Amino acid sequence: MKTFTYRTATALDDGLEPGATFLAGGTNLVDLMKLGVATPEVLVDVTKLPLDEVTDLPDGGLRIGAGVRNSDLAAHPRVRRDYPVLSQAVLAGASGQLRNMATTGGNLLQRTRCRYFMDATMPCNKHSPGSGCPARSGDHRNLAILGGSSSCIATHPSDMAVALTALDAVVQVSGPAGARSFPLGDLYLLPGETPHREFTLEHGELITAVDLPGGSGSSAYRKVRDRASYAFAVGSVAAVLTVAEGTVTDVRLAFGAVAPKPWRAHAAEEALRGRPATRESFLAAADAELAAAEPLRDNAFKITLIRNLVASVLEGLS
Amino acid sequence: MDLVVNGDRHTLEMDPRTTLLDALREHLGLTGAKKGCDHGQCGACTVLLEGRRVNSCLILAVTLDGASVTTVEGLAHPVQEKFLEHDGFQCGYCTPGQICSSVGMLDEALSDDDPPELSDAEIRERMSGNLCRCGAYPNIVRAIREVAAR
Repeated sequence: MKTFTYRTATALDDGLEPGATFLAGGTNLVDLMKLGVATPEVLVDVTKLPLDEVTDLPDGGLRIGAGVRNSDLAAHPRVRRDYPVLSQAVLAGASGQLRNMATTGGNLLQRTRCRYFMDATMPCNKHSPGSGCPARSGDHRNLAILGGSSSCIATHPSDMAVALTALDAVVQVSGPAGARSFPLGDLYLLPGETPHREFTLEHGELITAVDLPGGSGSSAYRKVRDRASYAFAVGSVAAVLTVAEGTVTDVRLAFGAVAPKPWRAHAAEEALRGRPATRESFLAAADAELAAAEPLRDNAFKITLIRNLVASVLEGLS
Repeated sequence: MDLVVNGDRHTLEMDPRTTLLDALREHLGLTGAKKGCDHGQCGACTVLLEGRRVNSCLILAVTLDGASVTTVEGLAHPVQEKFLEHDGFQCGYCTPGQICSSVGMLDEALSDDDPPELSDAEIRERMSGNLCRCGAYPNIVRAIREVAAR
């Protein structure tokens, strides 16, 4: 690990000196520092900031502090009752130990687990811009089928962020230039020709909270992985569904492990609104989204996987 | 920095790169917590931080000034006797992590507003962050199940 200096953040708008990075739970960042992929010169510890509360919002929604640990989030009574998709997604990720450490803000900002990115000795357009991407012809079984580019097909690994995407979550950030908020989907950049740029945060901007709107429909998260537990997703679906008299009146869908960001399936939602809540419509909606998929040699199976997951999750909710 | 380990306060001066695991093993001579993968994937380094189970290999010790840590050396818990009774190990390398993790897991289940039924499947899911290379899982589950049933 490269040497660094350490300090604790004293205020939300502290900002960051050049070469500095915020440290929260550390479950991803400390690992990447050990691997030599992350080499911050300064670590600014934000875990002493008062960001670990979950509070009710006036509109019936919920504000989740960025420092709330994954385990506390999943067990929160209101999350369990009103946002089961979120509780399920958090519990589908990592292990009991890691969930006790990992934070809400850190989870959103975690990096891809693409093996070439995780290996500082390999070419990778993310960790070494312009060095090339060995994944396209190499190991890409678990990489993106949507939203990728010729430069990068890495997937965002979070389960939690997929549920938050389906819940229309809003991110609150704070920095030296002030506070602002935006939909979670706007936190992430697609790779294009600049896959080393992953987030829309300015240097020194800190995620302080994630807001959930009130009044969701019934919701669920389903994750497929290579072993029964404690593995990253091969594909996952988060769904929020409202059905009235057999017709879909509202639906929000997000896919995990298939794109560089938690993938909001707008085309599928559009195709499903106002349609009968049947397996046939669910499959047609999935097809509408997956028509844009660009699979490679070893990951085309994800198209079928997501298609079946969409139908299965929505059937379970209707 | 100060660290309270198994009830004893220690004042440590360390490189900021030192993980909690290395602080315990190399600076305090507590070798119960094991270095398996050193990347948060195996659970052999599990200890209790303020009573909650964590991977000590992924926590920088410098972030823990004043914190309280319990390692397997500081535990006297029924689950330890049950591991012996049911032969919940073979080589034993993962055992301190399994013990600390199961103590943390049982506390999580007990303090839950809506306590889960700790079926074998539920125990396996909740203990999935602790790998056992020898495959002693059936006996580990038996040991934990008996404590959970109390």
